[in-house]
Amino acid sequence: MLEVDGLEAAYGAGAVALAGASLTVGAGELVALLGPNGAGKTTLVRCIAGLVRPRRGTLRWQGRPLTGVPPHAIVELGIAVVPEGRRLFGGLTVEENLALGAFTPRARAGACARLEAVYALFPVLRERRRQLARTLSGGQQQMVALGRALMADPRLLVLDEPSLGLAPRVVEAIFETLVAINRQGVAVLLVEQNVHLALAVAHRACILEAGRVAREGPARALADDPEVRRAYLGPLAAARP
Amino acid sequence: MTVLQQAVLGLLLGGLYGLAAAGLSLIFGVLRVLNVAHGELIMLGGYGAFWLFALAGVDPFLALLVVVPAALLAGLALYAGLFRFVVAAEEETRIKNSLLIGFGLGLALHAAAVRLWTADERAVTPAWAGGALTVGGIAIPLVRLGALAVALVLIGALHLLLARWRWGHAIRATAEDREAALLAGIDVRRAYALAFALGTALAGAAGVLVSTGYSVSPAIGLEWTLKALIVIVLAGLGSIFGTFVGGLVLGLAEAASAAAFGGAYREIVGLVVFFVVLLVRPRGLFARA
Repeated sequence: MLEVDGLEAAYGAGAVALAGASLTVGAGELVALLGPNGAGKTTLVRCIAGLVRPRRGTLRWQGRPLTGVPPHAIVELGIAVVPEGRRLFGGLTVEENLALGAFTPRARAGACARLEAVYALFPVLRERRRQLARTLSGGQQQMVALGRALMADPRLLVLDEPSLGLAPRVVEAIFETLVAINRQGVAVLLVEQNVHLALAVAHRACILEAGRVAREGPARALADDPEVRRAYLGPLAAARP
Repeated sequence: MTVLQQAVLGLLLGGLYGLAAAGLSLIFGVLRVLNVAHGELIMLGGYGAFWLFALAGVDPFLALLVVVPAALLAGLALYAGLFRFVVAAEEETRIKNSLLIGFGLGLALHAAAVRLWTADERAVTPAWAGGALTVGGIAIPLVRLGALAVALVLIGALHLLLARWRWGHAIRATAEDREAALLAGIDVRRAYALAFALGTALAGAAGVLVSTGYSVSPAIGLEWTLKALIVIVLAGLGSIFGTFVGGLVLGLAEAASAAAFGGAYREIVGLVVFFVVLLVRPRGLFARA
């Protein structure tokens, strides 16, 4: 569904953030995108969202090129992004935040039913629907961010570091929800620093290093790979089978 | 004039400061662009009412029904023709370029107004304009009371638009976080255009109201821009009612200074208030921390 091929991007004239990154996400797949800080993960997400225009390479969505399509039109095409740090509209209520997720004409059609579905997924949001988003806890804010993206009725959900700054128990709950969403047929591209958890839920994983995909394969195989274990799970983990 | 009488007149004028500032604040808050020609747009709104009255005998309060939609369209045109090119830039360039465009636009509008209406002061004075309500010895001029009432209604209407309308939510979301708004599927260029048009419509309305109780000349633009800026600093960004109250506070402060030191210092008091608020509460009196 999503094909990224030889993507190059840089900020301003200076630092190269992506140096020929290629990856694909198939229909219904859950792909983890891993890699150290500064590897270009967020830049790749921003390219997919249309916020950064790549210098070279192609982005295709369902066979059609995505380059030059404005961000709001990309949402309309079925790609929803949950940005790093959640980026809620803090002065708006929970329900207003969620409703804005269904802003595009296509998403507006079934917005009421989808709002119910989001509330079913996260009952606490229904209780707090009149509350300003900035007054929620971090975990609840992540629920709103995820819910807002789901309101767009995406076929591909892209999440940038959803576990950042959240308690382990909350992270587990969010990931469980992600798996459930994926089982309903929504493809997921999951950018994560929490390698262990990401590899546990993903079908496939790509490891981004210095702007290009250094390794790629089934999540299980990468999780068992001693080199990956040493690099991302620490020296102690590398020894274990 | 008694102190109370001065205070009442100050409040009446302050309502217009609030209305003028609300439009500028909306534009600045959403687009992060400072339109220093806002006062000139107010001036043009005043001349709109003047022309409608002089040429067709239209009561200024009815002229609102013509001037406000016309200002809305003018705002869309100004955004599409000028300010659209600024909003793509980074924050700092954006502000600087918008200042240049605003000054240029202000000069052009000022010159055009001198050509069209000469530099004379004009006021719109329908037959009932001299009337006043007397309460406990204090005279409240009817037109100025009407202007305050209209200003309040418009502020309330803007609040409702932003609170209830789908695009109102989009405008607020864009003001808070442009990128997150894009990711939610909002065409922020449209939110920009709408916010600019709404702000300009408020300027047009403020101009009509200024032409009734006060007077209009090509030179009033800068003065009104300055008042609006003072009120924005006073009130902070993000609350329409806060901005309106900020306008009332400035009106009262001016009246108080006039009562204490005479009218000569009227213009200075706003700047003093500006300075003090920047020192004490740089985010504004009503802004959330």
